[in-house]
Amino acid sequence: MAKYILQRVVMIFISLFIIVSATFFMMKAIPGDPLTSERSVSEEIEQQLRAYYGLDEPLFIQYVKYLKSVATWDFGPSMKYKAQTVNDIINDGFPVSALLGLEALFLAIGMGIILGVIAAMFHNKVPDYISMILAVIGMSVPNFLLAALFQYYFSLKLGILPTAGWGDSFEQTILPAFALAALPTAVIARLTRSNMLEVLQQDYMKTAKAKGLSRLVSTFKHALRNALLPVITYLGPLIAGVVTGGFVVEKIFGIPGLGMQFVTSINNRDYPLIMGTTVFYSIILLVMVLIVDLLYGVIDPRIKVSGKGKGGE
Amino acid sequence: MQKNPHKATDFQPLTKNKELDVISRPSVSFWKDAWRRLLKNKLAMAGLIIIALLTFLAIFGPLYGSYDHRTTDLENKNLAPSFESQHLFGTDDLGRDMYQRIWYGMRISLFIGLSAALIDLTIGVIYGSISAFSSRTTDNVMMRFADILSSIPYLLVVILLMVVLGDSVNSIVRIIIALSITGWIPMARIVRGQILQLKEQEFVLAARALGANTKRLIFKHLIPNAMGPIIVTITLTIPSAIFAEAFLSFLGIGVEPPAASLGSMANDGLSAMRYFPWRMLFPALFISLIMFACNVLGDGLRDALDPKMRK
Amino acid sequence: MGKLLEVNDLEVSFKVHGGEVKAVRGVKFHVNKGETIGIVGESGCGKSVTAQTIMRLIPQPPARIKNGSIMFNGEDLLKKTEREMQKVRGKEIGMIFQDPMTSLNPTMTVGAQIMEPLIKHQNLSRKEATKRAVEMLDLVGMPNPEKRIKQYPHQFSGGMRQRAMIAIALACDPSLLIADEPTTALDVTIQAQILNVMKDLQKRLNTSIIMITHDLGVVAEVCDRVVVMYAGKVVEEGTVQEIFKNPQHPYTKGLLKSVPSLDQDKDKPLVPIYGTPPDLFSPPPGCAFCDRCDYAMNICNKQDADKYHVSDTQYARCWLLDPVAQEVRSK
Repeated sequence: MAKYILQRVVMIFISLFIIVSATFFMMKAIPGDPLTSERSVSEEIEQQLRAYYGLDEPLFIQYVKYLKSVATWDFGPSMKYKAQTVNDIINDGFPVSALLGLEALFLAIGMGIILGVIAAMFHNKVPDYISMILAVIGMSVPNFLLAALFQYYFSLKLGILPTAGWGDSFEQTILPAFALAALPTAVIARLTRSNMLEVLQQDYMKTAKAKGLSRLVSTFKHALRNALLPVITYLGPLIAGVVTGGFVVEKIFGIPGLGMQFVTSINNRDYPLIMGTTVFYSIILLVMVLIVDLLYGVIDPRIKVSGKGKGGE
Repeated sequence: MQKNPHKATDFQPLTKNKELDVISRPSVSFWKDAWRRLLKNKLAMAGLIIIALLTFLAIFGPLYGSYDHRTTDLENKNLAPSFESQHLFGTDDLGRDMYQRIWYGMRISLFIGLSAALIDLTIGVIYGSISAFSSRTTDNVMMRFADILSSIPYLLVVILLMVVLGDSVNSIVRIIIALSITGWIPMARIVRGQILQLKEQEFVLAARALGANTKRLIFKHLIPNAMGPIIVTITLTIPSAIFAEAFLSFLGIGVEPPAASLGSMANDGLSAMRYFPWRMLFPALFISLIMFACNVLGDGLRDALDPKMRK
Repeated sequence: MGKLLEVNDLEVSFKVHGGEVKAVRGVKFHVNKGETIGIVGESGCGKSVTAQTIMRLIPQPPARIKNGSIMFNGEDLLKKTEREMQKVRGKEIGMIFQDPMTSLNPTMTVGAQIMEPLIKHQNLSRKEATKRAVEMLDLVGMPNPEKRIKQYPHQFSGGMRQRAMIAIALACDPSLLIADEPTTALDVTIQAQILNVMKDLQKRLNTSIIMITHDLGVVAEVCDRVVVMYAGKVVEEGTVQEIFKNPQHPYTKGLLKSVPSLDQDKDKPLVPIYGTPPDLFSPPPGCAFCDRCDYAMNICNKQDADKYHVSDTQYARCWLLDPVAQEVRSK
């Protein structure tokens, strides 16, 4: 187990190294200097600015310096927000994004599992068709359009929920969270359904029934657990989806999260911020995938004990 | 015990016609069988019809009406949809006909989706088969490389690339390049997996034993067998490319004016949603419709092409 | 010995595309208290469907119980509601399935799976149930039961899993145990162990057993009486001695001839039964075995045979046993 974790962590570091290097050189490859957009600065000030951002040094030195600073969790100063470092922006934005993401994720897991179980229990009947069509729609309507549509109907037309904003009330989080949850809900529902259908065919379900357990007990105690195990492996990529999906949803609802900062940084061509957030997102994703895999090992006994000797006759 | 005693003739030995092992089911080719199953899947057929219809309209839809998608008419801006004015979907803030623009945008979305799928297919098949047919070390390195590339969130890579490519190329080409940079990975994995799996299978060994050469093996055995998963992946790549394009355009780094895609139109409409909702709703509706159609068709194909589903 | 279970004229069909498959077509047999009966037949002859119908485990739809009754302790199981059946399953009737590799839940400890029926039917506390689970595992011959109950099925070998299945099925001390091909998926040496465990437990607990199998060796080993099924019907029934020494139906004879035995002359070939069973989508009007039978007569094609009793305990459904037929054949 320890060896496995070590292997994975080493892989993460290699991936991160490549990602950091790639983003660095890609940013440097962009034609034109980021500072050229700065108007009305004298030669002298521009020189000072260059020195401040380390742009006057050879590319390789810049690269090594950037690697060093990233290794010490320092993403450098932002180019647009003069007073702030990239670290400040991440520290301000990430908690907001994480909170919204978590809310969406809980919604998605809850609704997805319920829809999937209902669909499987009423296989090839009306509830199944309804859940699955809902799921395909959830997969097909892009979350930014869904966000806009929610905003149009629930805030502008019906006026029951706030249009935008963050941090004043819980109501403000409802629309963005639902918009963000739509896609993962659909994915989880479909996965849960197909896994449930497979599990319900298993022999041990017959054993459970032969013990005299009711359909409800056997479904929830015996089937659901086995059906949800494979769903867990998809949580890693799903978290990434929720995080990146957050970019636009945050923009539409005016939520001051990291996603909105990222979007703004793209439009501002704020390269240190783009690099910093990219690396940060990659770290989050890689660590999440690792955690999810380890969690899977903890929950599925077949994986946990493998490696130790097998008992038997 | 017996109610009607039987006659002696009943007990003469029976002469039987020996037709014992008759094959009860006529043999149907795999593709015919898959097609038959697809035809039965109502949702998938609906998807196929929607795709056909939208493609048809993207090509011939603009023939209706007396406007084109470019001409601005500031006197008639933000008109609501109506039949009389021939602005079926209304007009935008520059007075351009939304109906024309939708089909024009649909062409761009479909073009981007199809091109991205085609590029993914090409790179994926080449990369996947090289990886599968090379030595274990090369295979390992190639797959690790793909793993690392795919560990960065897809949209993040795409956005980064869009920024890096800047204005150096046409915005549509830029999007296609950005989408393809990591888009080929799933296809490469599938192709590699299929080849490795088939390499192990008995019938390939049998074909080799019968003297089939590698070329024949690839064209007669590998490709027909790997076709199913490849087709499904392509069908599902198209909606994700359309989605990514809309996402980028919505962020304002996608298709650039004067060109317009469904995504950029939705973005334009967003700010005016309160007063002129159709400017947002129509592009949103058509993006969702084309994605819905591709998704259900992809699902249907997956079910139809899965040999395990064969009854 | 009183009758514990009596199956009468049971008919079960499966709805399929464009019609129905008549899987069980009027099956009748009974099980006495404390005895073991074997139900023998090829795959698809309806023996498993019969067993699952007794437990009411077959999925309805597609299955449909069209006719008949299953009297268990004087009550018709087919008339019970699902809720009432839940009190019978696991408590009055236990069941073991064919493949021990798949019939235990992989994500629950074996102990928890044995305790489940105990907690449900006997209202035992967790502590009492754990104690009883250990006892049960000990009873089925599992070494280290205290340690074993905390383990998961994947840590068990096939034979050990089947022992655990027996422990689950017998946990509540049921009066009837239905074993659906319990040894088919096991190695031969393990098969013998499992059969011994079952025989031993039957003696101790006085459980009746329905042993469903296609293995005549298993039948000879453990059964008191045998029911031979073919194409959804009982074609012959008798005690083990009668069936093995004096089989009447050509199908039973064929089955016996196709089994190798040690005292058989090794130059004498095994005789298979040629052909395949009829399609039960449209069963033939006459005897279902007619097409494969070497002794088929004109009547066999038209009309299914009546029951002909050979002794108090043995009967067969075959026209060959008709007095007229015997007259014609002796000529």
